[in-house]
Amino acid sequence: MVKFVKISRQAVEHVALLARLELSEQEIGTYTEQLNTILDYAAILEKLDTSEVQPTAHAVPLHNVLREDEVRASMPQEKVLQNAPDAENGFFRVPKIV
Amino acid sequence: MDITAKTAGELHDLLVQKKITSTELTHAFLDRVWRLEGQVQAYVTVTDKAALKRAAEVDAKIARGQAIGMLEGIPMALKDNMCTEGIRTTCSSKMLEEFVPPYSAEVAIRLQEAGAILLGKLNMDEFAMGSSTENSRFFPTHNPWDLERVPGGSSGGAAASVAAAEAVYALGSDTGGSIRQPAAFCGVVGMKPTYGAVSRYGLIAFASSLDQIGPLTKDVRDNALVLNAIAGHDRKDSTSVRFDKPDYTQFLGKNIKGLKIGIPREYFGEGIDSDVAKVIWDAVAALKDLGAEAEECSLPHTDYAMPAYYLIAPAECSSNLARYDGVRYGYRAEGDDLISMVRKTRAEGFGQEVKRRIMLGTYALSSGYYDAYYVKAQKVRTLIKQDFDQAFGTYDVLLSPTAPTVAFKFGEKSSNPLSMYLSDICTVPVNLAGIPGISIPAGFVGGLPVGLHLMGKAFDEGTLYQVAYAFEQHTGFHKVKPSTKEVAAHGLE
Repeated sequence: MVKFVKISRQAVEHVALLARLELSEQEIGTYTEQLNTILDYAAILEKLDTSEVQPTAHAVPLHNVLREDEVRASMPQEKVLQNAPDAENGFFRVPKIV
Repeated sequence: MDITAKTAGELHDLLVQKKITSTELTHAFLDRVWRLEGQVQAYVTVTDKAALKRAAEVDAKIARGQAIGMLEGIPMALKDNMCTEGIRTTCSSKMLEEFVPPYSAEVAIRLQEAGAILLGKLNMDEFAMGSSTENSRFFPTHNPWDLERVPGGSSGGAAASVAAAEAVYALGSDTGGSIRQPAAFCGVVGMKPTYGAVSRYGLIAFASSLDQIGPLTKDVRDNALVLNAIAGHDRKDSTSVRFDKPDYTQFLGKNIKGLKIGIPREYFGEGIDSDVAKVIWDAVAALKDLGAEAEECSLPHTDYAMPAYYLIAPAECSSNLARYDGVRYGYRAEGDDLISMVRKTRAEGFGQEVKRRIMLGTYALSSGYYDAYYVKAQKVRTLIKQDFDQAFGTYDVLLSPTAPTVAFKFGEKSSNPLSMYLSDICTVPVNLAGIPGISIPAGFVGGLPVGLHLMGKAFDEGTLYQVAYAFEQHTGFHKVKPSTKEVAAHGLE
């Protein structure tokens, strides 16, 4: 079984990149401490033997919900773009990628 | 008696008898909102003009001699995480401060079709993450029973608005207790229905396997009336379930003789205030007086529910909130390239608690830790669900306090995330198991309301209403109201 481990400051910085969050030095320090407190608390789960237990993703059994592939009206383009911070010619604009 | 103190059921009769018009009623509530908001601060947005327009339409219908529905012409409000077309929907976050949805949530549509008068949108913990409404980007909401205290959360604005009679009823959402805990803190009735019973289409997602919408009301009858209007399958929500929806009011007034109530002893452990526990034991005695059979039982995995929840909910949150990238809607910060723009946008747009949960969830889902944290928590979830399945083999409902304490003071828990999380210790297992739970007023400790928490079998909201109504009619705690002083609001549009 995988053990719960202590999360390092470097790991917090890596997670912040994965989560697409820019954190201040102070926030990295605070979150390192707080995540460790919460994960320490969660470590109680290790006490339970769950080797024979199936995981539950949803409390109510869910199945694929299928429908006929019919053409239907969709939201008009101007409505889709109305909340965009930056839009032009029917497109969302973003900073240069390449 | 002040018209704003009445329930939806009572107001419906007055409208039908033409003793009051919907316009008068709507004015009465808007006036009250104006007078009380300076202190309570339940609303993020007040939609007064649209409300009066809707009220005039209902009045015209009544004047034409047409029949009206049970909720028609009655003023209500929605937690600000339910999309309303053309009305700003903020999630109490800087990220969505300017967001005007291009469509409405299914619950908003159903209530609109039922003739409800929307007064406005209610304050909450940012993205529904919190237990005190202190995490709102805009301002904290105050508990009408004691303005120095929190209303609970995350549906704190919803609970406070109903308690202060600033709305006849409200809809909240509940991921780990966010309807029931504030209902308990504010002395109102709050129902979290079965997972899948109410459509989440247009509910801004937090943790999708746990989130559920439900009503906060002044009494049990109103709660059943509102659930009647919003429950039922919706093809736009693939997690919504097809089930035979009963008329929930048919369960009101049925006696509870011989009904079996289980009292899981794990819910009375360490951390439960002894005065709160005493109120709950008094409630047990009242239910026995009414003929119910109550005995202690055990849900052995209860202690593991909180840690499992605080891995599952942040994991799902980190995934759901990945959509806030400053591209399609919401706040955007300037950045030199795409990644720095996205990182700055999220750094500036989200508050501390939201970022903390995104970090925790991203970590729990990251390569190498997924099995240890997320899958482990989901396996524990299975054990918790099995506990309930087993208990419901013997009992019709289970009973506990809704929250371990009465409403706490501002700042009391905000510096320690874990102590804040523990205020949901009695409500979280219900979300993990997907079953319904209701909080009803059960008495007072030091002048502050205590909630009684009843848990039921999946899709058996009816039995919860049956027991809740019997208790409410027997004890009358729902009739005790806070004495809110009236001070004109500041800065209200």
